Amino acid sequence: MTSSAVPVIEGRKISKHFGKVVALENVDIAIWPDEIVGLVGDNGAGKSTLVQILSGSLSPSSGEIYMDGQRVVFHSPIEARSKGIETVYQDLSLALDLSVSANIFLGRELKRKGILGMFGWLDQRQMNVKAKEELEKLKITIGDITSLCESLSGGQRQAVAVARAIAWGTRVVLMDEPTAALGVEEQKKVADLILEVRKHGIPVLLISHNLPQVHALADRIVVLRRGHVVANVKKEDSTIEDIVAWITGAAQAVA
Amino acid sequence: MAQLGQDDPKTEVQNVRQQAIGGHAIAAALPKLTLGALVERIGDYWTLGVLILVIIVFGFTAPDFYTQANWLATSVYSTEIMLLALGQTFVIVTGGIDLSDGAVLGFSSMAGALVMEHMLHLRGISSVWIIVAGFAAGIAAGTTAGFVNGLLITKLRLAPFIVTLGMLGMAGGAIDLLHGGREIIDMPSQVSAIGNTVIGGWFPIPVLVTAFFCVVTWLLLSKTTFGRHVYAIGSNPTAARRAGINIDRHLIAVYVISGFLAAVSGLLVMARFNDASPIAGANDELGAIAAVVIGGASLFGGRGTIQGAIIGTLLISLLDTGLVLANVQPFWQQVAIGAIIILAVFLDQVRLRLKER
Repeated sequence: MTSSAVPVIEGRKISKHFGKVVALENVDIAIWPDEIVGLVGDNGAGKSTLVQILSGSLSPSSGEIYMDGQRVVFHSPIEARSKGIETVYQDLSLALDLSVSANIFLGRELKRKGILGMFGWLDQRQMNVKAKEELEKLKITIGDITSLCESLSGGQRQAVAVARAIAWGTRVVLMDEPTAALGVEEQKKVADLILEVRKHGIPVLLISHNLPQVHALADRIVVLRRGHVVANVKKEDSTIEDIVAWITGAAQAVA
Repeated sequence: MAQLGQDDPKTEVQNVRQQAIGGHAIAAALPKLTLGALVERIGDYWTLGVLILVIIVFGFTAPDFYTQANWLATSVYSTEIMLLALGQTFVIVTGGIDLSDGAVLGFSSMAGALVMEHMLHLRGISSVWIIVAGFAAGIAAGTTAGFVNGLLITKLRLAPFIVTLGMLGMAGGAIDLLHGGREIIDMPSQVSAIGNTVIGGWFPIPVLVTAFFCVVTWLLLSKTTFGRHVYAIGSNPTAARRAGINIDRHLIAVYVISGFLAAVSGLLVMARFNDASPIAGANDELGAIAAVVIGGASLFGGRGTIQGAIIGTLLISLLDTGLVLANVQPFWQQVAIGAIIILAVFLDQVRLRLKER
């Protein structure tokens, strides 16, 4: 990939126990600049627990998170976000009754300058302009930035969620099943979008059940099985059949 | 079906329509044919159309409809529900409901009147201070009731329907407890002046006060981050929380706004009649909820505007006074309002069903 000395984000010896249930055990994961990492595994393998820990929704039982080599501790998703970790949730987290631009700026609205701003007066025009720029940056075409998200197709909604994620000086994007709800045509558009995000120098952690898609998009693939990392390989060094075997435990991999 | 359709263009259209109901792809390809697209296009404006229609029809059927007297009567009459509907709009946009605002209206006016009555008996206090203290007490009573609503809903995680139904009972009971179920008419004479002075022949003080709050709430809901977050909470609470919006704080604020405006309404009613009645505000919540829903708000949250609530309130008030002027039994107003509510909610559901596609 690149020759950067440290990963953008790194989890070291992450464990998470829910009572007696071990969701994750001594998991090491690192995401380097300019790479798309595919995170795969069966249901209950610990994928979403790991993502929730990296995005600040859950605290690990033990283990540490580092960003640019510095130790960080997140008490909430908001803290993680302020450090540049954006999550695109499977449900997209869009307010469908609000406009595209309102969703992109949700929780981070631009206010007018001066006294009006002190009353929380929205600078709607500025937000529309900026939102449009963000969408164009990712080559996303949505006719009217002021139309309600409700009126968008599934792929367009996904695109808005991704655009929102990378609009904020983002260091890394975590994407949870971004194409699960989409048709074939729209899946392809979202795949292009993920590649476009990497072009902007933002690494992506891609969680997906769609192995052919992960294999096509990812530079590196991490396989979780029963809370352990059982494989961590460059795409070139693996086939889809290998990955299936690692996921199901039919084969042992060299991590 | 295909065979029939080949020759007969009418059947063809019917077929397409039938398929459109079942098949999403075709529905999307032919947006102009679907009910949903029509609903979407007419959108928030149909009630405005009905309002204008009502104004025109009453102009023909009720000879006194376009008179200064009717304007004064109707506009003052509408303020009571209007203020409640403004607060109710905030609540309904969050996906909640405030069943207590009618009772809180009565509770606030009774609390305010009680303070004034006591101060009058003390003698020697200027009536300005008595009025200031009385109105402040009324506002405090309504705002506190709203705050308690918000606190119970957010901290105990109870449904707004249940909490405000409980508050309806408690505030209703408190009205009678405060003064033994009797009205209070002992208050400074200037109170009545506030309620009944008409400025420039056309603008009663209650109407001006209400207009002021219409503008303030409109700005608050449509132009500020607070309003934007209120919509976000009603539309998708999970998304709002992930975006860093403090949902509890916003919900409490929304119920406080509703309680505050109910208090303002209660004090204006008291001022108009120079009387704090134990039945003031009873059942007003139904009118306010109806006005908001008629104005295009969704009871599922995320949708609704102050403009809509204003239109809805005016429609209800005009039907009331207009039917009297037209010598129709005013009970028809209730029938008409009921029908309009059902139609409004039906259109909202059609819209929501289409959203699921």
